[in-house]
Amino acid sequence: MSLTQSGRPSVSGYEVVQASREFRTLQRRFGSCAVPVTILFLAWYFLFVIVAAFTPGFMKVTVFGEVNVGLCFGLLQFLSTFVITVGYVRWARRKLDPVADRVRNRLERGRRL
Amino acid sequence: MTAGAAGGPVAAAGTVGTPAVNIAVFAFFVLATLIIAVRAAGDNRSAADYYAGGRAFTGPQNGIAIGGDYLSAASFLGIAGAIALDGYDGFMYSIGFLVGWLLVLLLVAGPLRNTGRYTTADVLDLRLKAVPVRAAAAVSTLTVSLFYLLAQMAGAGGLVSLLLGVHSSGGQDITVAVVGILMIFYVLAGGMKGTTWVQIVKAVILTVGAVATTIWVLARAGFDLSTLLGHAAAASPAGSAVLGPGLKYGGSGVNKLDFLSLSLALVLGTAGLPHVLMRLYTVPDAREARRSVVWTVWMVGLFYLCTLVLGFGAMWLVGGGRIEAAPGGANSAVPLLAFKLGGTLLLGVVAAVAFATILAVVAGLTITASASFAHDVYAGVLRRGDTDPEQEVRVARITAIVIGLVAVIGGISAKDVDVAFLVSLAFAVAASANLPSILYSLFWPRFTARGALWSIYGGLISSVGLIIFSPVVSGQAATGSGGTPSLITDPHVNFAFFPLDNPGIVSIPLAFFLGWLGSVTGPRPADPARFARIQVRALTGVGAERSSRT
Repeated sequence: MSLTQSGRPSVSGYEVVQASREFRTLQRRFGSCAVPVTILFLAWYFLFVIVAAFTPGFMKVTVFGEVNVGLCFGLLQFLSTFVITVGYVRWARRKLDPVADRVRNRLERGRRL
Repeated sequence: MTAGAAGGPVAAAGTVGTPAVNIAVFAFFVLATLIIAVRAAGDNRSAADYYAGGRAFTGPQNGIAIGGDYLSAASFLGIAGAIALDGYDGFMYSIGFLVGWLLVLLLVAGPLRNTGRYTTADVLDLRLKAVPVRAAAAVSTLTVSLFYLLAQMAGAGGLVSLLLGVHSSGGQDITVAVVGILMIFYVLAGGMKGTTWVQIVKAVILTVGAVATTIWVLARAGFDLSTLLGHAAAASPAGSAVLGPGLKYGGSGVNKLDFLSLSLALVLGTAGLPHVLMRLYTVPDAREARRSVVWTVWMVGLFYLCTLVLGFGAMWLVGGGRIEAAPGGANSAVPLLAFKLGGTLLLGVVAAVAFATILAVVAGLTITASASFAHDVYAGVLRRGDTDPEQEVRVARITAIVIGLVAVIGGISAKDVDVAFLVSLAFAVAASANLPSILYSLFWPRFTARGALWSIYGGLISSVGLIIFSPVVSGQAATGSGGTPSLITDPHVNFAFFPLDNPGIVSIPLAFFLGWLGSVTGPRPADPARFARIQVRALTGVGAERSSRT
């Protein structure tokens, strides 16, 4: 692989890495998690927003006491945010970091040779 | 304490509590944080130290600091106040502010940390290597920062009059100026390291204060949320309507569209806020950047759950009429609630927290704006990279002073504007001008410099332009029709041809579209090698800037 004087791979060197099997695994894993989850949480949030804007009557249906559907729906948004955050970070540490570290280490070792 | 007695002590004196106590608590806080800032700063001469705190903060530390940066006066005072006046519709603000963090976590935090040095323009530069793009990114960063800064300083004026008993216009101006000078001092003396510690201290005090007051309110309602809501609805002239959506954004189709526009801006804006993104560079690597966001989400989420209780608590125990009549309007809900619950001392604590919040957020914004000017405009554009880091930091310090002065002038001229509302506009500009080019740079192979320029300037001009031609600026008289009055209250001046308060629903899709259009129609296609480089670096962290502590 071609290396520049700064020790970083040259621009074309990065293309070699990009085409490598290990990097493509990393890319695929990232894409197959971060992108769908982003779409999912945005859809879930806008479902809440649209229901609140266009069917306010539904949001005012009582669940118990003074607590209505709207409050529960809103609190569920909090809950889903917490769950996605914790879940994603755990997943990334298990599935992304080891592969990323391997690719990076190999690149940085190559620099010293 | 009935309304008959001239609206209670609030309306009678125009202030609550003993100003002396408030000033004493506040002075103590300022002194303590100044000492922290100066001692934490240490050696602050290198650019990595000044801009990024040596990249030596841990994820939890930085996460709390981001929370401190994010939970501005708009959150603490504005959202609780919005809930106290509009009920459920105020609560919906807080949901957008929280959910937006998922975008930061999933798509931005790690890749951004891996590919940038100090500013978001660094990321665009790595991908596109074009001086005009760096200039454009700096212009949008500075615009968003100044918008946000204005919102914070505007909040300071009303707060001062409520808490310190400063009622004369000149007295308020002087206090805003003092806030500005203190903030300049934090930034100059502390750099990013000192500012971060101020954020952390403030965030902890803010959270403890909010949780304690929340428990206090809940105790009054027998620890029963349903009872609290019932009392709040009974105390409100709107009755049980406050518990559902629609009080502020119900009614006409335009109102509903405005609400959608606001929601879009809130959920996409967080990932484009320069002062939040810059904080991601203060940790050693992408893993810590992600961990930062986890801590921020917990803190911000917990805090907004508290504001729900505080808002309805204020509606119940203080009452919307008294909140609206108090100086500072909606922003005074929490201070009034604190006084009602815990008297002078609790009010003093809340006052100190609120001031700390304004100071800390303003300091964070100032350091971001000064970094953007010195690193991107001065070093990157004017000198084309031909400058040494020490000179760059010197320019950053001078810029911080200038920005501080601009903020003071802006704060003095924009007193009494609804703070939460101004912040929501800053979010719209951030989501339009900053976010599309960041996402395209990191993830879209065909993105070009031309697309970046179209997207940044298109998003910036359309969002700011639509705000200027919206009811925010003109056409909405101060009294009568309801809603937030315009900045220009003269009913004869009306150039509001755009019907929505928030431009997001037009300007955000437009900016994404322009980024695509500018790229695919350009004469030169994107360089695949550059995309390979940013992608490999974003996902693996190769070549990322290291911590100064090894």
